Amino acid sequence: MTWSASEMMTVAAARVLTSDDICFVGIGLPSAACNLARLTHAPGLTLVYESGTLATKPQVLPLSIGDGELFETALTTVSVPEMFQYWLQGGRITVGFLGGAQVDRYGNLNSTVIGDYARPKVRLPGSGGATEISTSCQRIFIVMRHGRKSFVEKLDFLTSLGHGPTGRERRELGLRTEGPSLIVTDLCTMRPDPQSKEFVVVTLHPGVTAESVLENTGWPIRFAPQVQETPAPTEAELAALRDLNARTARAHGVAAAE
Amino acid sequence: MAGILSLHDAIERFVESGDSVALEGFTHLIPFAAGHEIIRQGLTDLTLIRMTPDLIYDQMIGCGCARKLIFSWGGNPGVGSLHRLRDAVERGWPRPLAIEEHSHSAMAHAYAAGAAGMPCAIFRGYIGSDLTAVNPQIRSVTCPFTGETLAAVPALRPDVAIIHAQKADRAGNVLVAGIVGVQKEAVLASRRAIATVEEIVDDLGTTGTNATVLPAWTLSAVAPAPGGARPSYAHGYYGRDNAFYTAWDAIARDRDRFTDWIDANVRQAGGTRA
Repeated sequence: MTWSASEMMTVAAARVLTSDDICFVGIGLPSAACNLARLTHAPGLTLVYESGTLATKPQVLPLSIGDGELFETALTTVSVPEMFQYWLQGGRITVGFLGGAQVDRYGNLNSTVIGDYARPKVRLPGSGGATEISTSCQRIFIVMRHGRKSFVEKLDFLTSLGHGPTGRERRELGLRTEGPSLIVTDLCTMRPDPQSKEFVVVTLHPGVTAESVLENTGWPIRFAPQVQETPAPTEAELAALRDLNARTARAHGVAAAE
Repeated sequence: MAGILSLHDAIERFVESGDSVALEGFTHLIPFAAGHEIIRQGLTDLTLIRMTPDLIYDQMIGCGCARKLIFSWGGNPGVGSLHRLRDAVERGWPRPLAIEEHSHSAMAHAYAAGAAGMPCAIFRGYIGSDLTAVNPQIRSVTCPFTGETLAAVPALRPDVAIIHAQKADRAGNVLVAGIVGVQKEAVLASRRAIATVEEIVDDLGTTGTNATVLPAWTLSAVAPAPGGARPSYAHGYYGRDNAFYTAWDAIARDRDRFTDWIDANVRQAGGTRA
């Protein structure tokens, strides 16, 4: 059986979620991974979207954060202020799944601008929920495509705090939440070093070399002493993901995030 | 409450150039028809407030209605950038646009503070974020009981809130169903408020349901605008036009194509003068 790098990334991200998790989901790659987990090994996984939908079970991936599908399949729906006040800030969420345009070696994220803030080269959408998701959820998983423009030595703008610009700021600020504990890309998975909080490669996806990770990372990325191979996607995982994407494409008339 | 007016008359009477205006609706129930009426009436110098600017603010900004935008996520959901917003921020077309940028949590707290009559919102946020360096409105306070440093932002108190909802009864009470977003807070935070609705009915049918109903006395006017949330959606009435959201990307990329689209679909679309 063959699979694409994007399918490997989504499958690897889905695997880290459990039926015990309450997960705050972003649109795109995180949404695909979270729903794949719910449809495979983690049927009890609770999905929460910032539009206020609690314990939603969409049959197709939403195109936007507030699609009707999310409301119609939710246990209940609360207002947006209640979502951010009681549920996110109140500490009810175990996992936040985030992406961004740029990430650095300490899991800090930029989703605001490329270039200078006042005279940006590229104006990105901005924080949305991310700034407080990153500090309020018990832990953060990051899913992003690997590349030198996105895995950078220094962020152009720090939208959402990971472990901080030197890896120490999060602890110094007294945050009790764990912060980024995993990055999944289309090449590999990374975990933070327990002391320095610098992300290191712990598994390479099948067929991916350490050299290609080095070439596609904007800092001299380090590898764990024993780098493992990411287990290949199973037939069941691929079938569930492809069914989900096909249903989504039929529903929206557009290709979904893989 | 001025009663049930035409959309034209509601906008003419309760929105003025220079106002701060919040057209809210979180993906769902976005008040497009009202935004188009603002474009047709040529209102300018508006401070536009909205958590997710979406296509309606892309259109209003591209038509030169706004001098400032207060927002927390400016994109075309699931598609990409808002090209008119970017053109205004990056190149000042058709006029420069000042921005005041927040996070969703801050905006949500700021609307709730406005609705509660408070001067500011206090919350646990912006920790370690560069947003605090580019938005001087983001400040902090120390909790007098625990000593914890908390974020503070001014309450949002728009001159006008505009929302779209499913139904109003003949007295002007308005039912909002489905994803309710931040509309209730936006209405209660504002000095004036307009609700456009899919239909006017004899009975909202909400007695005993604990549904989200905005009493007539919280609104300045109600205006019938069937389909008034398209291309976003109205739960129970019509779905989101995802194909249009995708098509908007190409329309909005080019200034001339955008202007032609606005002329044909907004300026010469007749409006809703009753």
